[in-house]
Amino acid sequence: MDKLKKIFSQCRQENRAALIIFCSCGYPDMESSERAIETAIKAGADIIELGVPFSDPMADGSVIRKASEIAISKGTNLPKILDMAERLAIRFPETGFILFSYMNILYHYGLTKLCGKLKKIGLDGILAVDLPLEEKAELAQPCKENGLHLVALVSPATPLERARKIMADASGFVYSVNVCGVTGVRDLHPEEISQHLAVLKENSAVPIAAGFGINDGQAAQRLSRIADGVIVGSAFIKILSGAGDFSQRLEAARELITDLAKNVRRQP
Amino acid sequence: MNTHYGIYGGQYVAETLMPALAELEQAYLEAKQDPEFHKEYQTLLKNYVGRESPLYFAKRLSQALGGASIYLKREDLNHTGAHKINNTIGQALLAKRMGKTRLIAETGAGMHGVATATVAALLGMECEVFMGTLDVQRQSVNVERMKTLGAKVNPVNEGSATLKDAMNEALRDWTARFSDTFYLIGTVAGPYPYPMLVRDFQSVIGEEARRQCLDQTGRLPDQVIACVGGGSNAMGIFAGFFDDPEVQLVGVEAGGKGLDSGEHAASICGGKVGILHGCKTYLLQNADGQIIDTYSVSAGLDYPGVGPEHSFMADHGKAHYVTVNDDEAISAFDLLARYEGIIPALESAHALAFAIRIAKDYPATTTLLVNLSGRGDKDMDTVRKFKQL
Repeated sequence: MDKLKKIFSQCRQENRAALIIFCSCGYPDMESSERAIETAIKAGADIIELGVPFSDPMADGSVIRKASEIAISKGTNLPKILDMAERLAIRFPETGFILFSYMNILYHYGLTKLCGKLKKIGLDGILAVDLPLEEKAELAQPCKENGLHLVALVSPATPLERARKIMADASGFVYSVNVCGVTGVRDLHPEEISQHLAVLKENSAVPIAAGFGINDGQAAQRLSRIADGVIVGSAFIKILSGAGDFSQRLEAARELITDLAKNVRRQP
Repeated sequence: MNTHYGIYGGQYVAETLMPALAELEQAYLEAKQDPEFHKEYQTLLKNYVGRESPLYFAKRLSQALGGASIYLKREDLNHTGAHKINNTIGQALLAKRMGKTRLIAETGAGMHGVATATVAALLGMECEVFMGTLDVQRQSVNVERMKTLGAKVNPVNEGSATLKDAMNEALRDWTARFSDTFYLIGTVAGPYPYPMLVRDFQSVIGEEARRQCLDQTGRLPDQVIACVGGGSNAMGIFAGFFDDPEVQLVGVEAGGKGLDSGEHAASICGGKVGILHGCKTYLLQNADGQIIDTYSVSAGLDYPGVGPEHSFMADHGKAHYVTVNDDEAISAFDLLARYEGIIPALESAHALAFAIRIAKDYPATTTLLVNLSGRGDKDMDTVRKFKQL
């Protein structure tokens, strides 16, 4: 059984949603982000999205944009992130790892070369923010050849008929965006989102993970009732950019993840 | 519909925008079939923009150079001073038809922002323009023009704080508000259907120029020359000659301080294929695939990408792409002012400079048709500063 399948099936058995954490790699620097990821995993993250910074992150809100800008200014690039990913995948063989970026970064590295490399270092898949169903073939092919999942997105704006097509073609899990807009912490409308997630779940053979705007245990708790996975990014990065020295921020991040991990458990 | 030009183009956007692009495509294809839509568009082009724009034989300049005959397509005489208005009127009419009440746009030098603010006023729509903070400082007159026209200017202080960042911010705004908002893109880039939409609305330039050239010279031009930043004025004039393989199409990119200096904005001549702002095309990027800052004395050419159809035409030899550096463009700017009494936009001066470069290699029977895409009033300060250096 492939690793993502195993993770989601184990979560189902434990009656909880999978906790998926996005990390801006290279923020505030490569070494610190490796420590942050390690902290997230030890505090209960099931899957890590390794965010590769791009100069023009058109789908991101201010928190991740700022982190990307700083990461790039420190010389972060895809080869360095792949080196880190290789170390992490060896140290945490039970954890799922998804490479997360914009198409230009992946295309520039070479899609076939990249997929070969990801397989070799033991990553589980790729998510390209700006790669809708219509454009996915060029990346889906090398992913398939290397046993990697290409994670697809759906949004509240996606008509059901289109969502069905996306989900029928999906691999690993489907990333359901909670709101129309960019990434970031905000007020969510829980009822609408729950309803949307329920419809998606009825129509999908792969797990549905919900992301965008989740900033605390309460929000995670509500979504976990329906979603198979809960994705947290900006809230994690925001804490990493908070007050105090980096060890203090890591401690705060550990508390956040621990709280999230507790709250993805469904109440009986 | 085919959303690509060979390997280029496409719809590389977040899933949230896909329904918005589908809605736009459908509305445009319907409008295209509607004679009423065409009538309204043509009437505004005539009575509001002042079309058709003249084709003018630059006789004194041509004689002074002692070679080919240079003809100028006078888009600088349009209302608001450039070709941009052809596109903003078309898209704004489409927006109105779709029931949208708010127009957003990105702008670099401010010309597209002004043209968008103009049509928003004309059609009674709300308008917000995104503009990099660096450009807000450099182009303060255009910022005032937009405000006078009733638009809100949103300074974007991210990345390089220029056009590409303004476009990122406009896309983000659109992602969150497409139900009431129409994103009016100013060039033949962005996700499909924008490259097609903008080309179609700009193709009036080429249609007129072809007919005018036949009327005045009795034959087609030998070369059609236009500057290429994103490439909308070039695609507009090229479109008139797609069925004339004997006419050579030449796109002139901004060479800045020279291709070797690394300080330029020549995406086709000096870039690599990549994906930005929704399309696959030639881009200026570094060894890590990050988009790099561009440079040109002409703010309107200062964009790290280019319309995907240009990338396709370059690869397939359907058009030829060259560069002109800052200094050569400034010389062309001066020459046209002195010999013809026309002050061209620095963007257009790039196209003219290439015509001036090659004119002497041809006899007077050879016709070089240059798209004079805009007027140069906005550039007086830039030119003065350039000469002081």
